[in-house]
Amino acid sequence: MDLRGALRRRWAFVAVAGTLVAGGGIGWGVARDGDPPVRAEEHRIQVVDGPRDDQRVTLDATFFRPAGPPGAKAPAVLLAHGFGGSKEGTRAEARELAQAGYAVLTWSARGFGASTGEIALNSPDYEVKDVRQLVDWVARRPEVRLDGPGDPRVGIAGESYGGAISLLAAGHDRRVDAIVPQITWHDLADALFPGGGAAGPEHGVFKKLWAGIFFTGDSGSTACGRFLPALCSMYQKVAETGRPTDEAVRTLRRSSPAAVTDRIKAPTLLIQGQSDSLFPLDQADANAAGIARAGTPVSVVWFQGGHDGGDPETGRVRDLVRGWFDRWLRDRPGSSPGFTVTRAGGIDSSTQQIVIDAATARSYPGLSARGRTLPLTGQEQTVQNPAGGSPASISALPGLGALGSLGDLGGGGAAANGLALDMPGQAATFDTAPLAEPVRVTGAPKVRLRVTGDPDATLFAKLYDVGGDAATPARRIAAPVRVEKAADGRTVDVSLPALDYRFARGHRIRLVLTTTDMGFAGPAKPAAYKIAVASGLTVPVAPALRIPATPLPAWTWLMPLTATAIALVIVVTGRRRRTSYDASLDDVPLEITGLTKAYASGHLAVDDLSLRVERGQVLGLLGPNGAGKTTTLRMLMGLIHPDQGEIRIFGHRVTPGAAVLARLGSFVEGPGFLPHLSGRDNLELYWRATGRPRDEAHTDEALRIADLGAALDRPVRTYSQGMRQRLAIAQAMLGLPDLLVLDEPTNGLDPPQIREMRAVLQRYASGRHGEDGPADADGGGGGGGRTVIVSSHLLAEVEQTCTHVVVMSHGRKVADGPVAEIVGTERRLEDAFLSIIGEGR
Amino acid sequence: MSYQAGRTLPLRVEAVRQFRRRRTLVAFAILLLLPWVLMAAFQVGGDPDGDGAPGLVTVATASGLNFTAFTLFVSAGFLLVVAVALFCGDTVASEANWSSLRYLLAAPVPRARLLRQKLIVALGYATAAVVTLPLMALVAGTLAFGWDDMTLPTGGTALPAGSALSRMTLMVGYALVSQLVVAALAFLLSVTTDSPLGAVGGAVGLVIVSNILDAVTALGDWRQFLPSHWMYAWMDALQPSVQWSGMAKGTAVSVSYAVVLLAVAFRRFQAKDVVS
Repeated sequence: MDLRGALRRRWAFVAVAGTLVAGGGIGWGVARDGDPPVRAEEHRIQVVDGPRDDQRVTLDATFFRPAGPPGAKAPAVLLAHGFGGSKEGTRAEARELAQAGYAVLTWSARGFGASTGEIALNSPDYEVKDVRQLVDWVARRPEVRLDGPGDPRVGIAGESYGGAISLLAAGHDRRVDAIVPQITWHDLADALFPGGGAAGPEHGVFKKLWAGIFFTGDSGSTACGRFLPALCSMYQKVAETGRPTDEAVRTLRRSSPAAVTDRIKAPTLLIQGQSDSLFPLDQADANAAGIARAGTPVSVVWFQGGHDGGDPETGRVRDLVRGWFDRWLRDRPGSSPGFTVTRAGGIDSSTQQIVIDAATARSYPGLSARGRTLPLTGQEQTVQNPAGGSPASISALPGLGALGSLGDLGGGGAAANGLALDMPGQAATFDTAPLAEPVRVTGAPKVRLRVTGDPDATLFAKLYDVGGDAATPARRIAAPVRVEKAADGRTVDVSLPALDYRFARGHRIRLVLTTTDMGFAGPAKPAAYKIAVASGLTVPVAPALRIPATPLPAWTWLMPLTATAIALVIVVTGRRRRTSYDASLDDVPLEITGLTKAYASGHLAVDDLSLRVERGQVLGLLGPNGAGKTTTLRMLMGLIHPDQGEIRIFGHRVTPGAAVLARLGSFVEGPGFLPHLSGRDNLELYWRATGRPRDEAHTDEALRIADLGAALDRPVRTYSQGMRQRLAIAQAMLGLPDLLVLDEPTNGLDPPQIREMRAVLQRYASGRHGEDGPADADGGGGGGGRTVIVSSHLLAEVEQTCTHVVVMSHGRKVADGPVAEIVGTERRLEDAFLSIIGEGR
Repeated sequence: MSYQAGRTLPLRVEAVRQFRRRRTLVAFAILLLLPWVLMAAFQVGGDPDGDGAPGLVTVATASGLNFTAFTLFVSAGFLLVVAVALFCGDTVASEANWSSLRYLLAAPVPRARLLRQKLIVALGYATAAVVTLPLMALVAGTLAFGWDDMTLPTGGTALPAGSALSRMTLMVGYALVSQLVVAALAFLLSVTTDSPLGAVGGAVGLVIVSNILDAVTALGDWRQFLPSHWMYAWMDALQPSVQWSGMAKGTAVSVSYAVVLLAVAFRRFQAKDVVS
């Protein structure tokens, strides 16, 4: 009945636990599906643009309604796509923003995707007007929060082409409240014709590879694709000559944020790529400077990606975009750093992926922060420009950026070296001395050169990191320099590509100037230039940049704490037995009451055993094999736990490790020695393990009993069974214990030794053994002498050795008393024993 | 009678009992010889090829410090695991096997104290084993390849010998901590079984199973909690700037498992019927 109740309770527990698990699963599932749902609506929005506001264009748009309670007003975000893309490219980011509670509008710009019209390159007459009408459209949405009539709370974000439109729209429309332009340009003319210096893009070097991709990538079946015909013919003329016309420069400048940065009032987060040879970091720098001059808050981020490739850091960039809008569109508190640079910090040994850390500083130092000037060594060198500009050096190529991302680890390695190529005779190199300490360059290094040309010279400047024999590009970007009217030599200041790079201790920084570069249109005429350095290399540093310690996941401290708590519970709830002391039994060597032990198999080894042994007795524990003698002795030693009843030695209850066991000497179920140690060492170390002083041990007397002779110093593993047996008995007698327990002590001994052992035991019990020992002195009141318990299955043995006997059978005591009494009327103990066992059955 | 439980089984006694065992001597002999064998291999086979991805192997002969890091790298996965499992797994089980355990307990050495003293001595020997190897490797490597700055495997940056030494200390320290889980499991098995081989093999087996599971990428982030997942995180100390997060996580995982396993070991041993 009881059992059935227990079973029922157990099943109830299982059922409850199962329900809880299932319920948790369902709850989790709901929570997953219950992420705020986002509803997307497709729209075709009609806009009117053109210089005279007479061109009708249909923009293909998707509006993502903000997650949140119905009727609530949410700020809006316009997401613009990059060149050659469409609104589909921003869908994932739009969903995330909508889930975060923004009303999001994505659209395909005119000339892209399913929108009509032609590409006008973010012209104020076309694309900017379109975006202003999209802002009008957003203002009419009931979900969108308004700052005033027709003035929505709105931010714009986008990459490249979309980044430029966000800057231009903010410059032309004061209703825009925050923008996050990414990897975009400041001045398209400067970006496509760099190197002209103060003379302007008309004197720059044509970035032909990127320009070609930019203008013809979308061309389709016609040469001009969906470009405005006027733009297309302008490009074709420029690409043919490699020189921009004044009109082209004017057009490109109108399409550039450069024209409006002083009018931008929307707080701006500029995110620029470190792997970007199309719109390098100096483009963002120029935007930041212009916007800051207007008194508008601006922050700058340099991340690993860019047009050349590299780690897009999608997660980090999206978090930055959302954080910026949270702060400026939702007025959430929180300060964002003025300058953030992401750096390859190492390799995660568990995932084998590059760890990218973000270093931050309160303010953006610009590209020419204060730094150090490192002397450059190298004579004046003559370099050749090959006819036709071919073969050309290779530095940046679209898509090569990924190789640069290992840059900080210096691990561009063999692959990167193979692709970065300077043609012999075309490159002048100047090295710094090996660095005495590591230098982290953040910004654009500068150098002054003396160039002699014929009469003009076109050069491409870049930095290499030289460690040992290996020279790797610090960043795979080259800065073109055009030096005009240099027939008699001219001194020019050259600004190298901006970068964030750590040159290790012992490495050298190498300045390389080449006459050609694959990405640019250099002069076709063969020429020779002379180049010499006129100054050291000035490298800007930004010591304010610090990598905030990335917080470790919570489990790294929760797990050890939890484990410690679990461990404490495990240890504290473990079985404990209380010791107790009965003073009235102080002089009783052994009293066993009601002792019961059943093994896990269910075998009842000892069954309600009670007995008492007095001082001076030699007690025989007699019984056939399996009678429970050894189990009783093991309980006596505190090795196994009784199920019921107790054992008291001199009044102290026996528990595992009870101190009173020190008064017990035991030899149970065979010897136990360390086989690699000698008999002497075994006894010595055993006694030292008891922690008692050496003079209490009486080692000599024990050794006399062992009678091992010279064998005492041999390892125990060489001993015979009998020798081990004697050594074990000697070990039991160490310290002359008041109670000596021996289990089958004469096994393996030969007859003379057996006789000797008998005498030893009787002498021991009478107290005559070890006469000079202190054990006699503190032997206590009572009858003096010590007590010996011998278990045996041999009748003759017990009869001859013992004064008293306890007969056991099947775990029970079947008789006890002085040997003489037990023998009683029977002539011999054997007969008495057999008759007792017979009754016991 | 001057018995005091707090004086039983002094650490020195236990250390002597364990030290003269052939097992201990052989284990240390292997750890002391291995660096010389590796060194001889490099002397015979020549410098490793510089091709391919930069790694500890390719810069192994750059200096004595590099050789030490390489030796640690090739032995951390198995040799050190076996050494630690050996010292911690064998300690109680072998006493049970020799039957000497029951006489120690009846001496009486209180059970918790017996475990504590044995654990301290076993961990001491395991620590000595883990420290011996890199020390000998440093001696052998310096003799063969010279005392020089350490060349880091990532990108050939050189680390001054002074800071390389302190990083080496960090690596060995972490390697020890990461082996705690192996030590604790071996100890628990040692308390549970009478067979020393079973205890040592069981602990090594756990590392093998854990490594296999670690290769199953489908487990995703759960693999972080495998006991062997962070066993090589000490290599983060060889990057241009030390990466702490892996070692911090590895420490958390190893210590957590170790604490629980040891608690189970103590509880089991307290309640156990010693029948060996």
